[in-house]
Amino acid sequence: MENKKIDRIINKYQGKPNSLIQVLLEIQSENHWLPKEALDRVSKKLNVPLSQIMQIATFHNTFSLIPKGRHEVHVCTGSSCHVRGSTRLLDAVQELIGIRPGETDSDSKFSLDTSNCLGCCNLGPEIIVDGKHHGKVTPAKAEDVLKNYE
Amino acid sequence: MKEILLQIDGKEVKATEGMTVLEAARSADIFIPTLCYHEKLKPYGGCRICTVEVEVRGWTRPVAACLYPVEQDLKVRTRSEKVDRIRKMILELLLAHAPYSIELQNLAQEYGADKDRFEKESSFCILCGLCVRYCAEVKKKHAVGFVKSGAKREISFIPEISSKECWNCKECFPLCGTSYLQAAFVLAESLAFSSASSKNATEK
Ligand code: SF4
Ligand code: FES
Ligand code: FES
Repeated sequence: MENKKIDRIINKYQGKPNSLIQVLLEIQSENHWLPKEALDRVSKKLNVPLSQIMQIATFHNTFSLIPKGRHEVHVCTGSSCHVRGSTRLLDAVQELIGIRPGETDSDSKFSLDTSNCLGCCNLGPEIIVDGKHHGKVTPAKAEDVLKNYE
Repeated sequence: MKEILLQIDGKEVKATEGMTVLEAARSADIFIPTLCYHEKLKPYGGCRICTVEVEVRGWTRPVAACLYPVEQDLKVRTRSEKVDRIRKMILELLLAHAPYSIELQNLAQEYGADKDRFEKESSFCILCGLCVRYCAEVKKKHAVGFVKSGAKREISFIPEISSKECWNCKECFPLCGTSYLQAAFVLAESLAFSSASSKNATEK
């Protein structure tokens, strides 16, 4: 991510330490991860110690300190989806894109993560790709969902 | 400032408004154990070993003495069956993380806590935050902080800051009730700023 883009985000909140989470969220959503240089700039411009930024950036699952793929795949492993077979779904997804939760594939196409209840239990088992919900995904249907992403 | 009279373990204690129960007790030479409290730092309430029972209008409940403000006619019990039970449990849980901490072992003896009650998960740190808060509040360097969450929470040195600041300070080391802080520092040092420290070492 270029410094210009980061600065554009940070400048909106310059000198406002309270906006830390907002700034991190915007960088995360634009860049898919938080590079070290970005955090350094946030620290300087918002006047927040790096240790506090690290505390927040490592606390919330939303933030990633390692590069993510273009598409973020979340498989729900909440209790309701679990009962509806999310374990098998997760296996199928891992098989399809060749990575385990927490990893990103070598072409930076997909990142895979699990989530605990995405709030649509009656649609389970569920996959979310880039924020879009796909409900009632059986292991066999996983490919249909994922093949639409480039 | 308004003077407040309260009772701690049956003893009349004079305090001033805004003081905590812990401060009032200490001023009257009544001992309450603490792990995350430090005079120079803002109250944190992280460890709960300072739990005491307070009685207000006939109602008794456990509170953290290092946070709870004194009130007129408050009745405080620093030892009771309930207080001891709570402290024992806290110690047993903390000992699963830091079984070798002398400070914890001494307290464990006092409260009959069994250091082997829970399966060991030695992270060595009890997350009292003394080092983190001391560095931030007193030294204003923020060289060490907390990272991650839940069971994975741990302290972490920020290499860029600690390579400049820590070598000549190390004031947080004696604060740590376990030996973890020093170990973490030595590790961070060797991994992240080996050149700086070896330079310093030869200069000595
Ligand atoms: S390293 Fe020691 S002082 Fe720092 S939080 Fe852990 S137990 Fe407390
Ligand atoms: S458990 Fe999956 S959406 Fe609730
Ligand atoms: S000393 Fe009061 S909570 Fe730790």
